[in-house]
Amino acid sequence: MEKVFTKPEAMKPEQTLYCPGCGHGTAHRMVAELVDEFGLRERAIGIAPVGCSVFADRYWNFDVISAAHGRAPAVATGMKRGNPDSFVICYQGDGDLAAIGTAETIHAANRGEHFVTIFVNNAIYGMTGGQMAPTTLCGQRSQTCQLGRDPDIMGHPIRVCELVRDLPGVAYLARGAVDSPKNVIQTKKHMKKAFQTAIDGKGWSLVEVVSPCPTNWGMAPQKALQWLRENLLEHYELGVFRDCEAE
Amino acid sequence: MGEKVFMRGNDAIGEAAVQAGCQCYFGYPITPQNELTAYMSKRMIEEGRVFIQSESEIAAVNMCFGAAAVGQRTMTSSSGPGISLKQEGISYMAGAELPMFFVNVMRGGPGLGNIAPAQSDYFQCTRGGGHGDYRVICYAPSNVQELYDYTMLGFDVADRYRNPSMIAADGILGQMMEPLVLNEYKDPGDLPTKQPWRLGDPSTPEPIWITSVHLGEGKLEEHNLELQKKYDAIERDEVRYEETMLDDAEIVMVAYGTAARVAKTALAVAREEGIKVGLFRPITIWPYPYQQVRDLADRVENLLVVEMSLGQMWEDVRLAVEGNARVHLHGRTAGGVPVVTEVVEHLKKVMASKGDEIIRNF
Ligand SMILES: Cc1ncc(C[n+]2csc(CCOP(=O)(O)OP(=O)(O)O)c2C)c(N)n1
Ligand code: SF4
Repeated sequence: MEKVFTKPEAMKPEQTLYCPGCGHGTAHRMVAELVDEFGLRERAIGIAPVGCSVFADRYWNFDVISAAHGRAPAVATGMKRGNPDSFVICYQGDGDLAAIGTAETIHAANRGEHFVTIFVNNAIYGMTGGQMAPTTLCGQRSQTCQLGRDPDIMGHPIRVCELVRDLPGVAYLARGAVDSPKNVIQTKKHMKKAFQTAIDGKGWSLVEVVSPCPTNWGMAPQKALQWLRENLLEHYELGVFRDCEAE
Repeated sequence: MGEKVFMRGNDAIGEAAVQAGCQCYFGYPITPQNELTAYMSKRMIEEGRVFIQSESEIAAVNMCFGAAAVGQRTMTSSSGPGISLKQEGISYMAGAELPMFFVNVMRGGPGLGNIAPAQSDYFQCTRGGGHGDYRVICYAPSNVQELYDYTMLGFDVADRYRNPSMIAADGILGQMMEPLVLNEYKDPGDLPTKQPWRLGDPSTPEPIWITSVHLGEGKLEEHNLELQKKYDAIERDEVRYEETMLDDAEIVMVAYGTAARVAKTALAVAREEGIKVGLFRPITIWPYPYQQVRDLADRVENLLVVEMSLGQMWEDVRLAVEGNARVHLHGRTAGGVPVVTEVVEHLKKVMASKGDEIIRNF
């Protein structure tokens, strides 16, 4: 019988520890499928962030390093410059990338570093128990904005793609989501482009993945997907923000 | 013998790093070590190697983390406030057992302090500095030749122990020009290969994991105890020091770096005046020569620590002698450099003192 669905070779036979309905597992899998598709397994290096995906090394079947909170772009820079033959995948959450690591992100982008960033935006800090992220929506509740995010006090939710798109070092920039099969397929297409951009050495690339965190949003998985569509996608518009090929 | 040149301390460190095969330098400007970053920006690019002026010290040290993980000799440099920021990465590298060589050309603190020479980062250099149970091998050279030589050695010990190593200099050493013999780098040959653990290497197809995270029960303790074995070995094998005129000494000065140069001159002056004084100079301030300083207490009743900080190394000397000698302190701070005549005065006061009195001069 023909096998039509199987685990990618770049994925270990482990069960992930993510909560039911979490988007990280899907994002991991998409990365692993692409590592296989491009034949990168032996020279790929993933960076596990500080956040719920800190144990990405348990799931990915290629080299993984764990960076300090927010520093993945600097670590990726050192690895890629130190070994230009490696293929570096910087995997970060919104707390990691858009709060503590903003400077590292902007400057790696501006230098046009040749690595791929997969940015999982779940609009909250997952691992530490649901505190406000830079991406938390106005009015959204979290542990540290229990009355809802008030932009006058807490600032506005940051749109990362829009923020970095004018930097000349940025080669490919897109936002996808993992709320539906259609969006998962589209997100993987974005990722594929980002991988190709990095392989071709064209510059810095990032794919944002709008993703649910049912646990810290306090919702059942299905409800979380609905909330994501109705709220997050309003503020975080899907699409391609920069594509140096098309320009 | 190599070529003799006249070189500034900061540049000598840079040239030694190039000779030692440093492949990646990442830095961020801060006085009084700017010449080193500038030197590397030219030489590394001339050699076709990696130079990045990073967006911050935090980024620089994390770039080192990445470059070390793919097996390259890697380096960064800074001064106090910048080293404080780098402590994040240093702790992570010690935890993940990655080699790195870095330089602290110390200036006055705390805070932004000033840009004058100081030794007041002694605690930061010798106590780990960042969070967690870890150690960093730290050399304290006292002239330009030693800056050069210990830079080369610094890369080797970092690789040998898979641990960060550093030079603690001060603004005077960084800025001063002295004759220097350019020694060729000699690979000691017993350095372990990085092939089994470096990332992104297709010749090792099994996935490799580099991390400092150990969340499982007992896992971190297990790891830290392994690290401790390594630190014990370093304490046993890597201690370095210099002794001057200890044989007939009745009092011994303990000083390192620039303060040791002043102490050496004070020694000559005091000897002329008939004071039988010796000098003990730690070259490694971690591992600290505790045993050697302890042995001094069997020979003399009084030790005088001369340092450009307010008793930071004094603590180590007191720890070492375990109450078996009186340990006096001549400390300057915030850019103050000990003055030969004042050190000699201090020696005289100690020689004339009776009983348990400890004389501290600031
Ligand atoms: C320097 C530092 N500060 C704070 C923390 C605590 N911390 C761990 S995970 C995390 C938030 C991660 O959130 P995010 O990046 O959004 O990832 P998620 O868990 O949502 O996937 C924080 C603040 C840390 N580990 N290091
Ligand atoms: S807390 Fe949120 S981000 Fe973390 S595993 Fe659970 S659902 Fe995923």
